[in-house]
Amino acid sequence: MSANSLAYTLLGKRTAKQFVMDKAIFLVLLLLVIVIAIINPRILSIRVMRDVLMMSSTKVIMALGMMFVILTGGVDLGGGRTVGLAAVISASMLQTPDYVRRFYPGLGQIPILVPIMIAVAAGTLFGIINGLIVAKFKVPAFIATLSSMLIIYGANSIYFNMAPNNSQPIGGLRSDFTYLGSGSIGFMPVIIIFAAVVSVIVWIILNKTVFGKNVYAVGGNPEAAAVSGINITKTLVGLFGLCGFLIALSGVLEAARTGGATNNYGSGYELDAIASCVVGGVSTTGGVGTVSGVIAGVIIFSFINYGLTFVGVNPYWQNIIKGLIIVSAVSFDIRKYVKKN
Amino acid sequence: MYILEMNHVSKSFPGVKALDDVTLQVKPGTVHALMGENGAGKSTLMKCLFGLYTMDEGDISFHGEPVKIDSVKEALQLGISMIHQELHLIPYRSVMENIWLGRFPRKGGAKSPFIDHATMYDMTEKLLAELNLTTIKPTDLLRTLSVSKAQSVEIAKAVSYDSKIIIMDEPSSSLTENEVEHLFTIIRSLKARGVAIIYISHKMEEILKISDEVSIMRDGKYVGTWEAKELTTAMIIKRMVGRDLTNRFPPRKSNPGSELLRIDNYTSPNPRSFKNVSLTLRKGEILGIGGLVGSQRTEVMEAVFGLRLHSEGKLYIEGEEKTCNNPYEGKKLGMALLTEERRATGIFPVLSVQDNLLIANISSYIKRNRLLNVSKMAADSKKSIKDLDIKTPSAKTLIKSLSGGNQQKVLIARWMLTTPDILILDEPTRGIDVGAKYEIYVIMSELAAQGKGVIMISSEMPELIGMTDRIVVMSEGRVAGTVDSKNTNQEEIMELATKYVG
Repeated sequence: MSANSLAYTLLGKRTAKQFVMDKAIFLVLLLLVIVIAIINPRILSIRVMRDVLMMSSTKVIMALGMMFVILTGGVDLGGGRTVGLAAVISASMLQTPDYVRRFYPGLGQIPILVPIMIAVAAGTLFGIINGLIVAKFKVPAFIATLSSMLIIYGANSIYFNMAPNNSQPIGGLRSDFTYLGSGSIGFMPVIIIFAAVVSVIVWIILNKTVFGKNVYAVGGNPEAAAVSGINITKTLVGLFGLCGFLIALSGVLEAARTGGATNNYGSGYELDAIASCVVGGVSTTGGVGTVSGVIAGVIIFSFINYGLTFVGVNPYWQNIIKGLIIVSAVSFDIRKYVKKN
Repeated sequence: MYILEMNHVSKSFPGVKALDDVTLQVKPGTVHALMGENGAGKSTLMKCLFGLYTMDEGDISFHGEPVKIDSVKEALQLGISMIHQELHLIPYRSVMENIWLGRFPRKGGAKSPFIDHATMYDMTEKLLAELNLTTIKPTDLLRTLSVSKAQSVEIAKAVSYDSKIIIMDEPSSSLTENEVEHLFTIIRSLKARGVAIIYISHKMEEILKISDEVSIMRDGKYVGTWEAKELTTAMIIKRMVGRDLTNRFPPRKSNPGSELLRIDNYTSPNPRSFKNVSLTLRKGEILGIGGLVGSQRTEVMEAVFGLRLHSEGKLYIEGEEKTCNNPYEGKKLGMALLTEERRATGIFPVLSVQDNLLIANISSYIKRNRLLNVSKMAADSKKSIKDLDIKTPSAKTLIKSLSGGNQQKVLIARWMLTTPDILILDEPTRGIDVGAKYEIYVIMSELAAQGKGVIMISSEMPELIGMTDRIVVMSEGRVAGTVDSKNTNQEEIMELATKYVG
């Protein structure tokens, strides 16, 4: 049964074509999932699903942060570097006391929340600065965050290179910290709970608060938003700050999940986050996007990543496949929104 | 008593006096039509009122109190709203969000971050019911609504600001007859609430039907205000165009030759655009295209040049059938198009005068070694600057620092360098001073004398009549008639232009 006839059966004649247009990329990916499952049916196990969801958790938090910026037609290129910054800051202060190569040899057992809050605050601060630059100086988000990408990476590397650490990978993390990333409550991994809670909060912000509606308005038609008396600067600063907050949080959890950190952590993650948003239906022209779409986008991406490895596809080919997925997603996305002459 | 008085309003733009001592007095609970030709200053006046422009001189009083309006926000807070031709709405959001944007009701006090959706829904429903817009649901997405309903949403938004004055700029231009009827019902209910409407439209029948008073403007000046019931279409037209043709055009001997270009039954795939347009241009002829803004004259000519799609219709060049699907092909067929929006689609502001001159013809300067012939380029641009008397310090000067008239001459020179047989000029003299206008007329005459065909789209009646041999008048996407320029007058053209309107 083709995708078209499936939609036809489900929705009836009139909407079938529209449905296929709107959900084309989803249907294609669904097909890919089915193909992978046919090649190796063992992928359809609870354990694999749990692994995929765990892999997706930090990415969901990051992609939700990224979504705020994409909703206004921009992009945060510094996202991956913010992950690295937050991972290094939190890990540097959360090593076990008896570990040999400690970042702060004399540091005692500080409350776990303190380093996490410092790390997240740093990410938020860079986000706010990005927002101010975009709103006040009208610098395109692309350029503003390209600069902050370099600045964050540089700052993080200087910190990482401080004596006595001298650019050694940070390891020996405290078990109460790594529990956040790899522990579980019963069968449910803690990190999935984190992702779920963050998703619910972001959903509430976008759908139930004035700020969320203003984000959609500023992204959908900035002129209309301005004419309606919305404070555009405040909205932009807020959403960039929130983006920095969420991405830094995902960086902290990434350190907890993998049990270590280096200054190169998170490199390139921003591109995965952007790709997941786009596949999940967030329009790159701004104003359109949902939390559920982003979550679906991330999970589909993780599943394909996992699945392609699972069925033994060469990693170089995996890149080619992912590239094709992104470009086709955006092509369909644009087709939906271009005005017909 | 007046709810709004604008007195002695003047506003200049570089090179143009857009408003010159204009007066407008509006009574509460009335529909006040504002009329005038394109470029008479209606929109400029309204933008001054709505805080989009700052007036150079003049004062505004509202409810008898002098007020100063520096921003849209201030206008809205005073109770002045404007329904634009392009609606200011957010397509992927609901009706209620669009209406209350920036003023959402909140759960538990004004400082709370949470929106009170239930209250917002009720407020919207009540508002829509008051305006009899019950076919619109508060939760409908804007993009799913028709143009007419989207406009109704914008009107509802204006009402929700408790507006005392609502400016409607060509509100009926994209509505069907039934939809216009519905718009009038809404307008009447607004009137009953004491709201004053300033109504801008070219559609005479509509104006006479809905308005109480009519103010007429001409060339940035105030002509007068009359009771609508004392007026007829003919009287309005007379007062809108009422000026004499002076000797502002170079003398030219018209001697049209054989057929150069013919289009037959051109129709746009967009049903709101042009349909069944046929016209002929002969060698050595200057053909005028007249009509109101929105009559699709620009669109037809862009379709001829290949910039826009047409779904039906044939193109003949010197009697031979040709196809032209993009400007590249259009250029190869010997056509050139000077676009209407000089800034948006004409000049490359940060490039030099020389680059701007040569861009359409650059491939002719490629030498055998694939590099550009720089000395010939310099020589040609120098010659163009001299021939067209372009006032610029040098060929290397950035075009953005030139005056509008000189920029326009650069663009005309650009197309002349491609040695076209057919030159299409869309509003070639808009926004430029009288001297430069005359020079552009001279260039047109010379081209025609050389046996080339010139098509000029213009909103300025005097130049349309004074410069052309024949005028094709368009109305609502169709050809309303073709007139001989020597035996016509402004009234006849205006009547044709409004033939299919309303």
